[in-house]
Amino acid sequence: MPDTQGDLVQGTLNMLILKIVALEPIHGYGIAVRIEQMSQGVFKVNAGSLFVALQRLHRAGFIKSEWKASENNRRAKYYVLTEHGRKKLGSETREWEKQVAAIARILEA
Amino acid sequence: MLLPRNIASGLQSLFRRKQVDRELDDELATYLAMAVEEKINQGTSPEEARRAVRLEQGTVEVAKEEVAAAGWESFVETLCQDLRYAARTLRKTPVFTIVAILTLGLGIGANTAIFQLLDAVRLRSLPVQNPQQLAAVRIAGGNQGMGFNQDYGDLTRPLWQEIHDHQRAFSGMFAWSVSQRYTGRGSQMRHFNGLWVSGNFFQELGVRPFRGRLLAPKDEGPCPNSYGVASYSYWLRELGSRDPERGINLIVDNDPVQIVGVTPPEFFGMVVGDSFDIALPYCQPQAGLRRDIFEVSVMGRLKPGWTLDRASAELSALSPGIFEATVPPGRDTATTEMYKHFRLAAYPAWRGVSQLSASDYTSLWLLLGITGLVLMLACANLANLLLVRGRTREREIAVRQALGAARFRLIRQFLSEGVLLAAAGAVLGIALAVVLSRGLLLLFSTENNLPQFDLSLDWRVLSFVGSVAMLTCIVFAVAPALRSSRAHLSDALKSGSRGTTADHETFSLQRLIIVMQVAISVTLLAGALLFVRSFRNLVTLNPGMRERGITVAFLGYWQSNLPREGWAGFQRELLEEVQAVPGVQSAATTTRVPLDGGSWEHDIRVGSVEGTSKFTWVSPDYFATMSIPIVTGRGFTSDDKASSPRVAVVNQTFVHRFLPGIDPIGQTLLTIVEPDYPATRYQIVGVIFDTRYSSLREETPPMAFAPATQFPAQGPWSNVVIDSSLPPETVMATLKHSLGAKHPDVVMEFHDFQKQILDGLVMERVMATLSGFFGLLAAMLAAIGIYGVLSYIVVMRRNEIGIRMALGANRISVLSLVFRQTALLLAVGVAIGVVVALATAQGAASLLFGLRANDPVTFLGASALLIVAALLACYLPARRAMQVNPMVALRYE
Repeated sequence: MPDTQGDLVQGTLNMLILKIVALEPIHGYGIAVRIEQMSQGVFKVNAGSLFVALQRLHRAGFIKSEWKASENNRRAKYYVLTEHGRKKLGSETREWEKQVAAIARILEA
Repeated sequence: MLLPRNIASGLQSLFRRKQVDRELDDELATYLAMAVEEKINQGTSPEEARRAVRLEQGTVEVAKEEVAAAGWESFVETLCQDLRYAARTLRKTPVFTIVAILTLGLGIGANTAIFQLLDAVRLRSLPVQNPQQLAAVRIAGGNQGMGFNQDYGDLTRPLWQEIHDHQRAFSGMFAWSVSQRYTGRGSQMRHFNGLWVSGNFFQELGVRPFRGRLLAPKDEGPCPNSYGVASYSYWLRELGSRDPERGINLIVDNDPVQIVGVTPPEFFGMVVGDSFDIALPYCQPQAGLRRDIFEVSVMGRLKPGWTLDRASAELSALSPGIFEATVPPGRDTATTEMYKHFRLAAYPAWRGVSQLSASDYTSLWLLLGITGLVLMLACANLANLLLVRGRTREREIAVRQALGAARFRLIRQFLSEGVLLAAAGAVLGIALAVVLSRGLLLLFSTENNLPQFDLSLDWRVLSFVGSVAMLTCIVFAVAPALRSSRAHLSDALKSGSRGTTADHETFSLQRLIIVMQVAISVTLLAGALLFVRSFRNLVTLNPGMRERGITVAFLGYWQSNLPREGWAGFQRELLEEVQAVPGVQSAATTTRVPLDGGSWEHDIRVGSVEGTSKFTWVSPDYFATMSIPIVTGRGFTSDDKASSPRVAVVNQTFVHRFLPGIDPIGQTLLTIVEPDYPATRYQIVGVIFDTRYSSLREETPPMAFAPATQFPAQGPWSNVVIDSSLPPETVMATLKHSLGAKHPDVVMEFHDFQKQILDGLVMERVMATLSGFFGLLAAMLAAIGIYGVLSYIVVMRRNEIGIRMALGANRISVLSLVFRQTALLLAVGVAIGVVVALATAQGAASLLFGLRANDPVTFLGASALLIVAALLACYLPARRAMQVNPMVALRYE
């Protein structure tokens, strides 16, 4: 693992959050942990950028939130994907795959 | 679709800040607690875990800030912060703030108010359909004073008939005239503004009824009229808003008239500022139409494709036939020939007509110019004050920058101050505009005429003027922030707020502004002095007769059943009754009241000299009542009867004009024949001193007086001038009571002669008042500007002054150092101002009285006044400079 925190490609944090929220309702810390785990430690998100992104997604109507008790009996805010967010995730993913494929073609040339 | 949610959420965080904050707090706390727990689970000690988390994640506060700054509402919040901060800074310098807001408000308010007035009387088109198609038909060059001329009357009714029947340029034509008449009988009689119209008047203008129906061509018929239409305001005021369908019956000029409809509220007739009360159709008198009464105004809608020029050419071609067919009878050959050579032409009429004269318009435009200059001055003043203020805050700016304030943030803060000032000024301006327009109307109103204009707030002007002010504020408020952010921080921090010497380069803009302010102020002051002095000349002018304590009564008795032969006798009877009223010292009848703007003249011949002279028929006590002294010969006596030889009294101008170097007594004058006025030979029996005739401004014309008993055309009315030691109000009340009881069918109106004369000077009064006010305001603004800049210069040069004093300069030389700063600016400003004022005053020359537009006293006075104000303004900073303690000043380094 590099010593520096993995920098996320600009704009991908939103997509990752949407993806993780799409799996199951989840709270803020859970999202941070999932991103780190699933990227096998390449990406780390700090609270500041995570909550700014959550606020944006919430305002854009891609996710909803509600307060629930967590597995450790803590009160936590759980985020849920909306129908609108589901569509957004689909289009973002397709766009991302297109770009990655294009970049790969260039690099392999 | 999602925007609403975004806005709602943003608003929620704006207005329910605490709750939103708490929620975020909770969420973040949970987050951190979970992170710590995780670490502990992995085997770190709780202490270590908390430390690690804090290192990794930063504090809760930072995260909160980040989240808060991401939404749009944070922009609003910082804006509010900026505005609050700006308000606080402005409150710290109350004098600056008050001066800035007041001057801005006055500039905006005055401009809007004057423009509204000008727009209402001059620029707005009539509230009818397609006003731009309207054109008026008039005699090119006027009718040379032929016959009888009514207000706004251009043509006779026979001429109107001829034009109507023959013209081809207009798709439709209509005619109208106005005159004051009476409704009701006896003591119930009331004045109304009558509008006489051709039957198609309302149809051609496209005015729709508000109630009932308007007049139609079928309503024109033989006199008397039987149907009329009321204006909305009259209907509301006098007719109790009754439904015309149920019948509103009035007595108009002794005949029953039914009001069949009401015009819409916005329609005031054709005369701007003087709404009509009742409109009546023209009727055909049994005796036929008079060919010498110029009473109607003829207008029409031009056919598509016809221009005014083309219509004029067409009318001109028709003119010989039209005038040939309508020659007024009983005139001498020369007059008849002149009449036949009149030519008609078409003129624009989309604005209707106005009671204001051409010179009144000049006055209004001038006022607009003056207020424009005042606004410029206010903006210049503000710019200067803001620049000075910016300079004194250079250090503050530097400190803030050094502490990490972004340039953008600094600019925003200064911008907020500018916007706040401009907004406050604009709000004050709107309030003032409303108040000032009402005030202007009051200023224009006279004893019996309150002008009626639609003076609703004009947002176009207001926004224009407001934007100018706003722009000034913003530009000059932000300028210091822009400039200082370029400057080197360290320099500004080092030198603090003081330089060693005044840097000429950096002051050049302020100097320029001061020169401009002085120049504008001198111009305005000179103009103000010209108008004030000219008004004073008029008010103090001796008209050659008494003004104080004279009451003028108009008595009309056309409603009594007296036969024509009884009128002269009844007039004498009424006069005797007036003379018998206690408190009345003397009273006399006259066919013309002097100085009321009217005129009555006849062509005459004296020996071989031909010309015109004013003519007035008066009763014996007239000269005594008006205190007009007799130079030679005699006045009239009761021996001058209807049957005795015709005699006349003339004035000195008459003698100079017609009988130079000849003893006038015993000479004769011959009047040229006119209908009702046969050629008559009068023997001159006396000469009176010159008096003014129709207005104070006009030079005395040749005047002739003849005995009332010998008046050939006595009508059922008379004017009585009354001299009394009692106040005019008492005289009026007594007369109304005693005459009214005895003669209920006599119409009575009273005026205070002196008030009437002053009312004739209303435009002059307005000009003197307003220009005087703005002139003083200008001088004050210039003084404030000079004070502001000089105070700053003195602060900046304190070190230099201290060194000079330490080296032996005395107080006088320090004083002169400061005054020298002003002297040059003043000299240049005053010189430019005088030149500009001289040039513009020429345009106003026709408005002045008793002094020339380049009156040296005025210009010297204006310059002196401003110089005194400016020197006073630099006295305070100069004194501060003198009191500089060299030790203290030097120790600062």
